Amino acid sequence: MIDIIQGSTYAGDIDNLILFMGVVVGFWFFAAEIMFFWLIWKYRAKDGQKSRYLTGRERHVKRWITWPHGLVLVCDIFIVWASILVWMDVKQTLPEADHTIRITGQQWAWTFQHPGADNELDTADDIFTVGELHIEVDKNYHFKLESRDVVHSFSVPIFRIKQDAVPGRSITGWFNATVMGEYDIQCAEICGIGHGVMAARISIEDANQHAAWVAANSVSTTP
Amino acid sequence: MSDTAVAVQHDERHAHDDHHHGPQGILKYLWSTDHKVIAMQYLFTGMFMAVIGGFMAYVFRMQLAFPGISVPGFGQVSPGEYNALVTNHGTIMIFWVAMPVLIAAFGNYLIPLMIGADDMVFPKINRLSFQIFLLSALILLASLFVQGGGFGGAWTAYPPLSAVGEYNQTELGSSLWLIAVALEFVAFLLGGINFITTLMNARAPGMKAYDIPLVAWMIVIASILFMLSVGPLIAGAVMLLFDQTLGTGFYDPARGGDPILWQHLFWFFGHPEVYVVLLPAIGITIDIIATFSRKKVFGYKMMLYTAVATGVLSFFVWAHHQFVAGIDPRMANVFTVTTLLISVPIAELLFVIIATLYGGSIRLTTPMLWALAFMAEFLLGGVTGIFLGASGADIYFHDTYFVLAHFHYTFFPIAIIGSFAAFTYWFPKMFGKMMDERLGKIHFWGTVIPFNFIFIPLFVLGMGGQHRRIYNYQHFPELASAEMYNLREMATYALLVMLAFQLVFFFNCIKSWMNGKAAGRNPWQSNTLEWTTESPPPHGNWPVDEMPNVYRGPYEYAHPDREEDYWPQNEPS
Repeated sequence: MIDIIQGSTYAGDIDNLILFMGVVVGFWFFAAEIMFFWLIWKYRAKDGQKSRYLTGRERHVKRWITWPHGLVLVCDIFIVWASILVWMDVKQTLPEADHTIRITGQQWAWTFQHPGADNELDTADDIFTVGELHIEVDKNYHFKLESRDVVHSFSVPIFRIKQDAVPGRSITGWFNATVMGEYDIQCAEICGIGHGVMAARISIEDANQHAAWVAANSVSTTP
Repeated sequence: MSDTAVAVQHDERHAHDDHHHGPQGILKYLWSTDHKVIAMQYLFTGMFMAVIGGFMAYVFRMQLAFPGISVPGFGQVSPGEYNALVTNHGTIMIFWVAMPVLIAAFGNYLIPLMIGADDMVFPKINRLSFQIFLLSALILLASLFVQGGGFGGAWTAYPPLSAVGEYNQTELGSSLWLIAVALEFVAFLLGGINFITTLMNARAPGMKAYDIPLVAWMIVIASILFMLSVGPLIAGAVMLLFDQTLGTGFYDPARGGDPILWQHLFWFFGHPEVYVVLLPAIGITIDIIATFSRKKVFGYKMMLYTAVATGVLSFFVWAHHQFVAGIDPRMANVFTVTTLLISVPIAELLFVIIATLYGGSIRLTTPMLWALAFMAEFLLGGVTGIFLGASGADIYFHDTYFVLAHFHYTFFPIAIIGSFAAFTYWFPKMFGKMMDERLGKIHFWGTVIPFNFIFIPLFVLGMGGQHRRIYNYQHFPELASAEMYNLREMATYALLVMLAFQLVFFFNCIKSWMNGKAAGRNPWQSNTLEWTTESPPPHGNWPVDEMPNVYRGPYEYAHPDREEDYWPQNEPS
């Protein structure tokens, strides 16, 4: 297995959901496969032995189908419940934002608009970058995701977040980074011949580093 | 009911007398209205397209394992070519391989033979269906060679990328691709109407609804699903074509359109489409398993009703492809529920197949191996789908190789393993010769083992965050590790092995066709009607005075009242 770190507050929740489903689904998978191969071995053709005539209507035989069948439904209910909890947390309810950024996809680059020193988007001190996003660790970020041309998809694997950018819409999402360092940003939706080069990096910095980065860049952009 | 069936057959026989005097010589094969000839046309076209689709997979897998290499037989792969290859690989394998082989070829071949009819009820519509299909295949192939190259916006063709020439840079290729797909739909609508009508009206006297072999039912249910789901997509395709060529703005937000509209129309068709190809494969599997385990199908009606339930549910799950596409997040909860619900009938279908083995007398012939492999492999495809149907987990897995590996674990068993099962099982009927069992088994293991070595590494890569449709991962430091390149190479080597073993199949086909042992009418001692006529069946399927009557269901194996362990449907009791 490839190790991929958990870099956001909800990355662990998504991983645990996947693990939980892996256990449930894995049980059914192995149970079915073992049963299947055991039956093939057990009922292999033997000379002079005729197979049994079963219609599948006899109740004592039929319950071998109806019981597992009911159990599948029960498992489904647990999976749906767990999945919706995670979904609501990641996509449906947004915590209060400490900072708001704008992310714009276009063929074939990501542009990031940072709020600057005043922490307000769309003011004169906003910092625009291409291909690199700078954020502060342990802060709630809202992002406004937009596209200039075709459908792109903003994906940060270490955060486990993914959201399509659709032209004509501004889609709001959130994340809160828990690790520092530099990681991949992908475009996960095919967007033309440059789809393979539409990469960017996210720099997650502590408060001091980030403040320094903002200060250094705000000065140069405001006259 | 049976009176009508007789009446229709009677009229049909007159029609046949007429076209006996029709085209002669080579034209007989190009212009025939015989359902068996049309089935062969579909089968061989499908196989030809499978070779092309397989070649494309070879080229892009070579590029992924060894980026920048000059691929033998193709040359260096540019990003544009890479996109066109993956797009057309997907399109071809679904629309020009899975559908023509599983539905059109075996549907055409088997439905009239299995229900004791001398042909389809609309033979000329049937011929037209193939001709349109052939035209669509030619247009698709042509689209790869026009200026700008083939369409490269993925088989899902999301606008605005697919709608605007400036964005996709394959203006002509995109339009031709779209026209080819639309024509293919027309061909299958015509074919589907024929299948449904034939099954309803042309059954042998005495054949009631529950006496129809499951594979015939499954192909007809699939045709109904296709008819009900494809309408919105054809409307969507026309709008997309207008956006491409006339400059309308159905999917352009700047002019009041909406790109997400296409996604809804596409997946409203796209998800039922999975079941359109799955159901025939399940039907083939269950028929073969019943024959070679000498067992009555465990719960015929259960199987039939569950297939219908699956079909109905499949119309309510489409947006699980769009969880992160920008739809209202609350919608995801509804679609998670419906999607997970579909695991219930699918699990039941698989349980029925497993239960049919219970108490059997199982012979592992080549067709039986393929049918069992379908089960064993499809299970993994089925259970991994649950991760993607659950919205919370899909946030991470969406558009990664996990998705790709998942649907190849469904589509490969359906389209390739299912087709080989059917082909090896009915080959004696189609060509009158037995296939070589030893070569058949070599081909079987040489296909199924490498298959797992292709896609298990891709599951692992997907879990590691590898996203799809990237021609070279060098720009993504997290995806450019040596470990990941090793997995990519492993998948590519396994593919090469698998492709090499397909030569065994073609060799076996030719060898068996030339020198195979004569098959006789019923080499597998099966019950269904196609085995009661000569191999291959003559024009009209049975001599006019020997048209079969039906006395019982198709799966009366090992009946306690009978010495022999099978009981053909047409044998008077």
